[in-house]
Amino acid sequence: MPTVITVRNLVKTYLVGEVEVRALRGVNLEVQAGEFLTVTGPSGSGKSTFMHIIGCLDRPTSGQYLLDGQDVSRMSKDELANVRNHKIGFVFQGFNLLSRTSALDNVELPLLYRGGLTMAERHKLALAALESVGLKDRAGHHTNQLSGGQQQRVAIARAIINQPSILLADEPTGNLDTKTSIEVMGIFQRMNRERNITVVLITHEHDIAEYGTRTAAFRDGVITADHAVARRRLAEDELRDLPPEIDE
Amino acid sequence: MTLVMIFRIALKALSRNKMRTALTMLGMIIGVGAVITMVALGAGAQSSIDAQIQSAGTNMIMVSAGNFTQGGVRQGQGNASTLVPEDAAAIAQLNGVRYVAAASNARGQVVAGNQNWSTQIQGTDVDLPLIRSWQTSAGAFFTPQDVTTAAKVAVLGSTVRDQLFGPDVDPTGEIVRVSSGGAGATVQNQPFTVVGVMAAKGQSSVGQDQDDVIYVPYSTVMKKLRGTTSVQQISVSATSAGDTTTVAEAIGNLLRARHKIQPGDPDDFLIRTMDEIASVRKETTQTMTALLAGIAGVSLLVGGIGIMNIMLVSVTERTREIGLRLAVGARGRDVLFQFLVEAVVLSGIGGSVGIALGFGLSRGLTYWMEWPTEVPLNAVAVAFGFAAGTGVFFGFYPARKAAALDPIEALRFE
Repeated sequence: MPTVITVRNLVKTYLVGEVEVRALRGVNLEVQAGEFLTVTGPSGSGKSTFMHIIGCLDRPTSGQYLLDGQDVSRMSKDELANVRNHKIGFVFQGFNLLSRTSALDNVELPLLYRGGLTMAERHKLALAALESVGLKDRAGHHTNQLSGGQQQRVAIARAIINQPSILLADEPTGNLDTKTSIEVMGIFQRMNRERNITVVLITHEHDIAEYGTRTAAFRDGVITADHAVARRRLAEDELRDLPPEIDE
Repeated sequence: MTLVMIFRIALKALSRNKMRTALTMLGMIIGVGAVITMVALGAGAQSSIDAQIQSAGTNMIMVSAGNFTQGGVRQGQGNASTLVPEDAAAIAQLNGVRYVAAASNARGQVVAGNQNWSTQIQGTDVDLPLIRSWQTSAGAFFTPQDVTTAAKVAVLGSTVRDQLFGPDVDPTGEIVRVSSGGAGATVQNQPFTVVGVMAAKGQSSVGQDQDDVIYVPYSTVMKKLRGTTSVQQISVSATSAGDTTTVAEAIGNLLRARHKIQPGDPDDFLIRTMDEIASVRKETTQTMTALLAGIAGVSLLVGGIGIMNIMLVSVTERTREIGLRLAVGARGRDVLFQFLVEAVVLSGIGGSVGIALGFGLSRGLTYWMEWPTEVPLNAVAVAFGFAAGTGVFFGFYPARKAAALDPIEALRFE
């Protein structure tokens, strides 16, 4: 299996006023294609900084980051924007959808910045992505007319539309109730399984971390534990076992 | 990222908040509309004054007989008898003089058949219609020959024709009888042959009927009606409008020499140029236009600042949106152009609607208030250019601010 993410001795320091904050103090990690890595750790442990660098939103102070074998740690801002567009899909805790805009237009957004596609092609791709998260019939709805779970599914559709190498999720279930969280995790698992998309998911909830195939724990800017998940939770099974209730 | 795509994105962003978009545009609409209406009013006033001056005679210089003092009693203007037809002939020889017409006027009763009418009898020269750019509607103006021979011929103003012969009648060749109590002699029932009718000129700027008049050779008035040797007025037309002041000066010097006026003594004539009258009125309207355009320009500026204000608020309000766009692959440049295009679209559409509003208001003012308006195309171009420029200028700062946002900070923004 090819290696998607290779991180060597990653260091990130910030200057907050006069004080130097060492957010990452030498992180080493390899993620293979098709893995579902969950990252846990208390706040301030450096997991968010780590995700920003992995997501090419930020550059490390020192160390190396290879994405698909390509060194992205020294790229220019515009090059990073291109990498984000083509290789990375983001899912945020707060969904970050454009309000007063249809689900379809939201999903299309990354395609606009990719360019080279006709309007018909963009619509087709966006509809297919919405179908894969089960929201094809809501394509024309404005995002503020959708429930939280549906909004997060739109965000996932947007994240996968450019067929990224990695799907990055930052506390994607933080704003959702338990059942919806399981549903959303089910979509992540399905994307991971069916499309072989590598998922890196940050969470501070241990039960959510168990939906991954592997989990890494951050503490004080370094990885303190990194192991395969022993008893992986499968969202589809859990949903089947839940008592039936009226869906949204 | 093509320009078309950026436009599409910008239009979608604007349509997402229609109320705010409309209100921001309103500032631009009012600004541009006001500029165009104000300038149209100014231009309309100016061109109606131009037209009045034009019809009063272009490049015209009026030489009137002055007053003279007789035994310590100062006589009224025009009573001096020193202005003679020979002065007119001498003026005609000056450089820069195009047309000259001596005038000697009287009032009289004109009779044709069983109709009679009291009217102004203007004795003039063949150049008068040329000076004033007047046309005849029937027949022709009298000839130099008529002037030399003091022929009893008359050209009727259209009011006189209407009164004596009725409208739409061509009285050319008919005889009218003229009676006049002139200054020197009282004449009764002198037969004059009608040689033409002047085209209707309507009222003058002071409301006088310019058609209630008959024109005859000035020599005829002098010899047959008034029995004088002097004329009351000489109308002069300069070759070009710019010359009138120098020509007026030359006429003054010539007449002083001809009338043997000693240095230090007052003129026995009076020279007025239309230029003087015109320039005062023109200056007034120009000042008004500048004032109106200035006020309107301020509202345009306020409109522009309104756009900047909204764009700045918009950048802050949409920080997360910008962060998201950056996260999904927008470059700083894409965001910069998006916000710039939004500002330009706001001001561009606002400007276009403003131009339409300006046209509409100008039309409305002309239609309901009967104020003359004229929309100058260069004002439209300037107003629109200024509107679009405002968009770029006032849109650039917020757009740059948006583009410079750090994606992480922007995504975290609450």
